[in-house]
Amino acid sequence: MTEFSTWDILRNLLLATRSTIQLSLATFLFGGIVGLILLFMRTGKRRALRRFAWGYVELFQGTPLLMQLFIVFFGISLVGLNVPPWLAAGLALTLWTSAFLSEIWRGCVEAIAKGQWEASSSLGMGYFQQMRWVVLPQAFKIAIPPTVGFSVIIVKGTAVTSIIGFVELSKAGTIVTNATFQPFVVYGFVALIYFALCFPLSMSSQFLERKLNVAHRNH
Amino acid sequence: MNYTFDFSSIGSYLPVLFNGILVTIELMAVGATFGVALGIFCAWARALGPIWLKPIVAGYVELIRNTPFLIQLFFIFFGLPSIGIQLTEMQGAMLTMVINLGAYSCEIVRAGIQATTKGQFEAGWSLGMTRFETFRYVVLIPSLQRIWPALSSQIVLVMLGSAVVSQIAAEDLSFAANFIQSRNFRAFEIYFLATAIYLALAITLRQLLRGLGWWLFPRKATR
Amino acid sequence: MSLIEITEVKKRFGDNEVLKGINIDVAAAEVIAIIGKSGSGKSTLLRCINGLETIDEGSITVAGAQLLPDEIHLKALRLKVGMIFQQFNLFPHLTAGRNVMLSQMVVKKVTEKDAEAMARNMLDRVGLGHKFDAYQEELSGGQQQRVAIARALAMQPMALLCDEITSALDPELVNEVLAVVKELAKEGMTLLMVTHEMRFAREVCSRVVFMHQGRVHEIGPPEEVFANPKTPELNQFLGVTEH
Repeated sequence: MTEFSTWDILRNLLLATRSTIQLSLATFLFGGIVGLILLFMRTGKRRALRRFAWGYVELFQGTPLLMQLFIVFFGISLVGLNVPPWLAAGLALTLWTSAFLSEIWRGCVEAIAKGQWEASSSLGMGYFQQMRWVVLPQAFKIAIPPTVGFSVIIVKGTAVTSIIGFVELSKAGTIVTNATFQPFVVYGFVALIYFALCFPLSMSSQFLERKLNVAHRNH
Repeated sequence: MNYTFDFSSIGSYLPVLFNGILVTIELMAVGATFGVALGIFCAWARALGPIWLKPIVAGYVELIRNTPFLIQLFFIFFGLPSIGIQLTEMQGAMLTMVINLGAYSCEIVRAGIQATTKGQFEAGWSLGMTRFETFRYVVLIPSLQRIWPALSSQIVLVMLGSAVVSQIAAEDLSFAANFIQSRNFRAFEIYFLATAIYLALAITLRQLLRGLGWWLFPRKATR
Repeated sequence: MSLIEITEVKKRFGDNEVLKGINIDVAAAEVIAIIGKSGSGKSTLLRCINGLETIDEGSITVAGAQLLPDEIHLKALRLKVGMIFQQFNLFPHLTAGRNVMLSQMVVKKVTEKDAEAMARNMLDRVGLGHKFDAYQEELSGGQQQRVAIARALAMQPMALLCDEITSALDPELVNEVLAVVKELAKEGMTLLMVTHEMRFAREVCSRVVFMHQGRVHEIGPPEEVFANPKTPELNQFLGVTEH
């Protein structure tokens, strides 16, 4: 049996970490776009759209990510298409992320005083213009800390995609453990790498919250 | 699409499914109780405890909150045996859930404690109560009341996250779903059903926690 | 021997010396009003007496026992000296009655039955016997403050420290609280009151302490202090406030 050095283990894990980072970034980007669309639906005038967005959020926040992943993975293959794990992973994570981000952002939009809506509508602005020029710019600032905070949750969420076979950091951990029979060391390293990815984001989120809160109070 | 949905094939496996639901509920009940208890202790330690204890708790909290639940699970169930700690699947799942929820509830409860006005502490001390007595009788309950919605949300999130314990063969609902689909090859139907059951569980749990909140804190929250 | 002896007490917050050497002896059954501008150190002095603030130099002795900053001594001290706060600080999750009962049971290990009896007694004494089961939000500010007084009295202290106890009240509620304090004074309770209520001070107090910039500037019976201020600072202070 081959002897594996610590560096062998670490090297393989770090290579797989790239996939974790790529998936996280893609999820954040696309999840953000879909989340923004949901936000407009949720806070808009059309009741049907509001209900749909509400239902969407309840569904994705009220069911396990793992189940959502399985349904996307097995659901797509039903249609006859051969779905690679990375696609199922990206799609499921995007939908899941969009639900949470839209809720976070909705909270920020609703935190904007009613007076802003009233002032801008009495100046003749329509809904989209109000959002674009008055409400969203203000909500944006409040939204930064919790959004950065959620990015941590996205990175941790990518771990679940290992279960449908996507080779990211967690899957690499399982593979390497099976080869080296050193679960304590391997999963220990995996945890440390995730920590190295997430901790700076967590700290930034807290730092930003303090910094932006102070600015907010001075207004 | 040449696929016909067939939910009836699940019929013979209902006992398996039911057992999985029970296990998920059991994991949830134990995990929530001990997890929140651990969280309250850690919140006290971080906010009001001795100086030497604070960095230890902070380290634990940051470690758990910045690593995935799945990896915590694998580390505890697969990693610990190599230093002599052997756990059954259920023990591993429960322990991980308690440790995980403990870290998150610590931060949530701590926010509640820190929102307590200094006057409450001073009133307690002036009446002769020790720092711990003041925490226990004056600060704790209003703090919990303040953060109850956030804590409830976190408990539901951990319950939903518990689906991955099937990866260490703990026989919860998702394990049952995996088992059934490997037998009847109706993956989509069973995962769809399992998801619907999880949704029902989440909604029920949320209502239960809300009711528990009304029972525990009958008065409107004040400073 | 005095009930409370404050000797050469100094206290600083960072670079700011808030108390620059305070000397006051309080005899039993005395009612002392402490007046002065904000920032003169009045509240800080009061909070040093029951250990909410630590002193940097000097000593404080209550009923012969010296105030030391460890938990055991502080607890013993707080059983002898109660405090009433400007913001009342009632416990919002408990009824008025249970507010008064809590520390008896927890600190003095009194049985629930006895604690309840004492609580009803004390609430009666402040005129709120009928509000035993009321929660904080059902009580006016004046009522809340009176419950706070009952709560402190239930511990059977030798002295009460009152830190601007009417400053947070609407004007029409001030009198109901002062009436209770007046009764306590008549019954012989030792009181140290930081207050802006000059008329009350003149009626009820045996001595008035005027503090200025961390020192006791003048001290004496109200007739003297109010009628014949010896220092320009007190003169100016009295000129600005109603008296």
